[in-house]
Amino acid sequence: MAQSMVKEFTKGLWAELPPFRLVLGLCPVLAVTKSVENGIGMGVATTFVLVCSNLLVSLLRNIIPVKVRIACFIVIIATFVTVVELVMQAYTYPLFLKLGIFIPLIVVNCIVLGRAEAFAFKNSPTLSIADGLGMGIGFTLSLGALGAIRECLGNGTILGNTVFGPGFQPFTFMVEAPGAFVCLGLMLCLMNLIGKK
Amino acid sequence: MREMINMVVVLTLLSAFSGGLLAAVRTGTKDQIEQQILKFQKAPAIKQILSDVSNDPLQDRFKIIDNEQELTFFVGKHDGKADAITFETSGKGFSGDIGLMVGINIESDEIIGVCVTTHSETPGLGSKAKDDPKFASQFAGMTMDKNLAIKKNGGEIDIISGATITSAGVSLAAQKAQEIYIRLKPEIQKQTAQMAK
Repeated sequence: MAQSMVKEFTKGLWAELPPFRLVLGLCPVLAVTKSVENGIGMGVATTFVLVCSNLLVSLLRNIIPVKVRIACFIVIIATFVTVVELVMQAYTYPLFLKLGIFIPLIVVNCIVLGRAEAFAFKNSPTLSIADGLGMGIGFTLSLGALGAIRECLGNGTILGNTVFGPGFQPFTFMVEAPGAFVCLGLMLCLMNLIGKK
Repeated sequence: MREMINMVVVLTLLSAFSGGLLAAVRTGTKDQIEQQILKFQKAPAIKQILSDVSNDPLQDRFKIIDNEQELTFFVGKHDGKADAITFETSGKGFSGDIGLMVGINIESDEIIGVCVTTHSETPGLGSKAKDDPKFASQFAGMTMDKNLAIKKNGGEIDIISGATITSAGVSLAAQKAQEIYIRLKPEIQKQTAQMAK
């Protein structure tokens, strides 16, 4: 039991790392990774939703009729997303402003629905939590890494701290939308190179 | 038939649970969110409008119930004399309501300045209403009998190019402010006089 939990947890960190391996949930990955703070904030919010929805879906998996399961999943996910939205608005208002529309859009993040459908609906609550946590942390780290590269090159800072000397010319392209695609592409390329061996 | 009833019952119960949870979270975070909006959205706007006052307008405030709506007025003092107030109105923008903080000098009935608070307009176009001081500065110095509609609608306000609807929303909010001020002037004067003591 403990072994399978570890397995479900760790697969989200490497073998099935959401943005880079499954290539899922790219909308927030591309949009909010302008800085480390945004990326991690988004990741934590998604992780919370993922764990809660996985748990609830798994608990209710014998009650939810198969024919309306997607509708049930969406109700569950949307509820937790709204909870996150309200809580962020109440306690981390500046971050809430920066992430803006992408918080409510977690509802349609395919990782969340994907894990509910592909995993939580078929597995026990403990395994589902491990799966959600693993996927969520993997997602958070990916967003953080992407945010770090883009913030570092595009703005010369990491978490607001200057990394380079005053002579550094910011590579603004990286914090704009096309930079997100280029950066993501290079990361995918790197992941495939490492994974190949 | 049984299956159908089952589907309806499960979905209904799930939605009811979701509604209950959201209502609870909303009630729990309401005051905190209000405070955050005050701190991060209204406070900078008020400070910008009443930049040269000798008191803290966030402390010196009073409320008036107008048409069952509660309006908060922030009072600014110059040389110990309470002669400026700001309050927030809203107008319909391109996507959702635009909040507008309006400052009025209650002795000359002139608008001291306006500042957009909350909005969800298109970044780069409508968002200029908040970021580009040129647009907002048109309202400064206007008296209550001036027509604050945009020029296309027969008023005196130049629009932001590419953001007609946003500009109209802001000017509508300013017009509402004129209306409210004229209607509530006796009450406002009474309350500010008390503040001065």
